[in-house]
Amino acid sequence: MQKNFKVKSEVLDREGIDRALTRIAHEILEKNKGAKHLALVGIRKRGDILAERIAEKIESIEKVKVPVGAVDITFYRDDYDIKANVDINATDLNFSVDGLDIVIVDDVLFTGRSTRAAMDVIIDNGRPKSIQLAVLVDRGHRELPIQANYVGKNVPTSEKETIILDIESNGEDKVYVAEKPEKGA
Amino acid sequence: MSFRHLITLQELPKEDIQEILNLAQSFKQVILRPIKKVPTLKGKTIVNMFFEPSTRTRTSFELAAKRLSADVLNIQMSTSSVVKGETLLDTLATIEAMQIDMVVIRHSASGVPLFLTKNIKSSVINAGDGMHEHPTQGLLDMFSIIEKKKKIEGLNVSIVGDIAHSRVARSNIWGLTKMGAKVKVVGPTTLMPKEIEKLGVTVCNDLKEGLKDADVVNILRVQLERQKKNLFPTLREYATLFGVNSEKLKYAKPDCVVMHPGPMNRGIEISPNVADGINSVINEQVTNGVAVRMAVLYLMGGGKKDEAFN
Repeated sequence: MQKNFKVKSEVLDREGIDRALTRIAHEILEKNKGAKHLALVGIRKRGDILAERIAEKIESIEKVKVPVGAVDITFYRDDYDIKANVDINATDLNFSVDGLDIVIVDDVLFTGRSTRAAMDVIIDNGRPKSIQLAVLVDRGHRELPIQANYVGKNVPTSEKETIILDIESNGEDKVYVAEKPEKGA
Repeated sequence: MSFRHLITLQELPKEDIQEILNLAQSFKQVILRPIKKVPTLKGKTIVNMFFEPSTRTRTSFELAAKRLSADVLNIQMSTSSVVKGETLLDTLATIEAMQIDMVVIRHSASGVPLFLTKNIKSSVINAGDGMHEHPTQGLLDMFSIIEKKKKIEGLNVSIVGDIAHSRVARSNIWGLTKMGAKVKVVGPTTLMPKEIEKLGVTVCNDLKEGLKDADVVNILRVQLERQKKNLFPTLREYATLFGVNSEKLKYAKPDCVVMHPGPMNRGIEISPNVADGINSVINEQVTNGVAVRMAVLYLMGGGKKDEAFN
């Protein structure tokens, strides 16, 4: 877990996350009338973990394996002039996105800028039939006209707060709201 | 990390080299996809100034910049105002007045890129200066080695040929020794700079001995244009004694990696069998060059507003 963050409240526990992802899987199948032309693309890091979990749910419901990809959005970010990020993970799109209904999966929807960047990565890899968005937590404060199709939980937050997801394989599988440390702390 | 200029591998810390090489992997992935372009350097302008002939390096830098969505200007000496007597700094002042961000420079005089860093505002990348350094070639050679061997540390690397006139050799030596390789330089004494062993390399004047147990064989071009006096009797003699052919290559490890920075003099320093053989990564080096240069441009172009924000 990130250092110096003061945890204020627990938003989702292991069961809560699991139920939310199950519901999202059902909603995705309902909206797309099955999993025939479906693919999930997670935004690194953490979105890819959630994408895998949703794909497992879809497989147990529909008995179909949907392609799962992961994208790193660093080269598409709009804050390059502020910081040239070097913590870059591989983009893993081992299928053609042409003609597919792509569901972008991310952990937290905040400003919408990551989603914008992820859409550009996908479009640079081909021409999907549609792009949809699934997030585990929507915390508000949008800076772009972007709206999620599937939301695990809406969590109103203040700008000072942050959402912490502890969902890596060895984690507790919980979601918290935490307060950001004071600058210099 | 982000740095302002790239002039030498001598002064680039090991961590930064590692970071560039890691980043280049991500960019290699970009240049192998259907749309080989990312928007990262949109709105930035990069000027390629080449005061020496070059196809490979210039096109590689140009492509790297374009694949990062930067705008590129190419200025060649023969068509620039330098031929009308304008000084280098005046030419650059003119170009800088057009609001550019980075200058990629190749010059036959060692030290010109460093001189520019002290006199212009833009970021400067050395694309080869005289007999000094060619840092991006050193980086792409290391990248190509890692791709095949998964590491650099502990590998035996033999650099064969005209060490004295080679900036590629110098950048390779600085980079490779920093990353923990055991470097051997191989060539006739007349093409060996004095006191080269002080850079931490072993000197070898016999090709067979020089290739023994090599994991990597980096063959340099015989730079006829840089030789003012006759440093070896004939090209034929050089080819016989120091040309790497399949017979000689047997002294290296069977799975060795053969590299050449190009352009090749086939039949002189390298035989066609070796150049096109299974150990050769010469064409792969060219592909990797674009990825490595993208990584360098990416790291140099970003983060400029850091101070303003904090």
